[in-house]
Amino acid sequence: MRNQIIAKAAAVAMTALVPGIAFAGGPVDDELVIDGEIQMITRAAPPEGHPLDEVLSGWLYRTEETRLLETDTFENPGMLEVQDGADLWNTVDGSAGKSCASCHGDAEESMAGVGASFPKWDEASNRPINVELQINKCRTEEMGAEAYKFDAPEQKALTAYVKHQSLGTPVAIDLAEGHMQSWWEKGNELYYTRTGQLNLSCASCHEQNNGNYIRADHLSQGNVNGFPTYRLKQASLVSLHNRFRGCIRDTRAEFPAAFSDELMALEVYVTWRGTGLSVETPAVRQ
Amino acid sequence: MDNIKPRVKVPKSASAGEVITIKTLINHPMESGLRKGKDGKLIPRQIINKFTCEFNGKPVFSCELEPAISANPYIEFSAKVNEAGTFKFSWLDDDGSVYETENKIAIK
Repeated sequence: MRNQIIAKAAAVAMTALVPGIAFAGGPVDDELVIDGEIQMITRAAPPEGHPLDEVLSGWLYRTEETRLLETDTFENPGMLEVQDGADLWNTVDGSAGKSCASCHGDAEESMAGVGASFPKWDEASNRPINVELQINKCRTEEMGAEAYKFDAPEQKALTAYVKHQSLGTPVAIDLAEGHMQSWWEKGNELYYTRTGQLNLSCASCHEQNNGNYIRADHLSQGNVNGFPTYRLKQASLVSLHNRFRGCIRDTRAEFPAAFSDELMALEVYVTWRGTGLSVETPAVRQ
Repeated sequence: MDNIKPRVKVPKSASAGEVITIKTLINHPMESGLRKGKDGKLIPRQIINKFTCEFNGKPVFSCELEPAISANPYIEFSAKVNEAGTFKFSWLDDDGSVYETENKIAIK
């Protein structure tokens, strides 16, 4: 009797180990509609030169409970911080006595769709610029305020608020601007470079093994259309460069500084890989 | 605590006798009292320990919250509405603060 049970248990365990059956972690066949109104694009045709057949949002790889949280902007806990961002937008700061709203007015109009086209080429600094850096540029050059430090709560909240104005807009960055193409190439190279004691590249997990399990979790394609993302694990918004650094740390490598040339190149490249997916900020992930 | 903003979602109106769904969310760290800070010392517990909802002064729903509940507690429940009136929500913090908000509902 006892042996029989053990034999059965072993059989079950064997079945679970066979790859590719329903046990693997997605992607699921589901549609993301926010507040019953905004139809989100979670599956898109890849841009030319993309290594995958279909571009998939990380939302499709999450459990049903996590997916549901994102369908309602009231239940989405990331919206609490987006609300903080809305307050910051209207708050005067710095020696010039200006707020974001002083120049840009109502963000719902002036920022609509803007977040979907970042990172952009910045002629003045001769490198790509993301929303965080654009906010800092406005603060130091226009407002006479101090730049936000990396991952300051204000930086995450305001970035999320700006990107949230593009909710539903497909990601589309312009590689023809300035030297964006050469940064894309640098990012492309980094994406396939193995790092750390575990000798993993971004592609090892997110290209070759998305849908498979790692560390008791399933891997997505690693698209970045939902950042800053609310992670249930941290119970707060997580910025893209924080996530990049977390991934690189997990390969047991030394990780580059936030907004360094390496990570900006990676942001350009990885954002391009998610071309066509709706901006989901703030996405909800595990 | 400062900067705590409770949010609730209640329908603007309902038919008499209708059962409605009420959603509430509040930003709060829900510090369990079991974590240690960078200095190795325990971070003191600070959670919301009680939530109540009243309708026209009568209790509708209440619950006690425990340290295992994660940050930004979300509470959803249903209530039967027989008359127009006001829902009053309150969250009680360990430090004695009470965060309150109200929502009116009309009868169709």
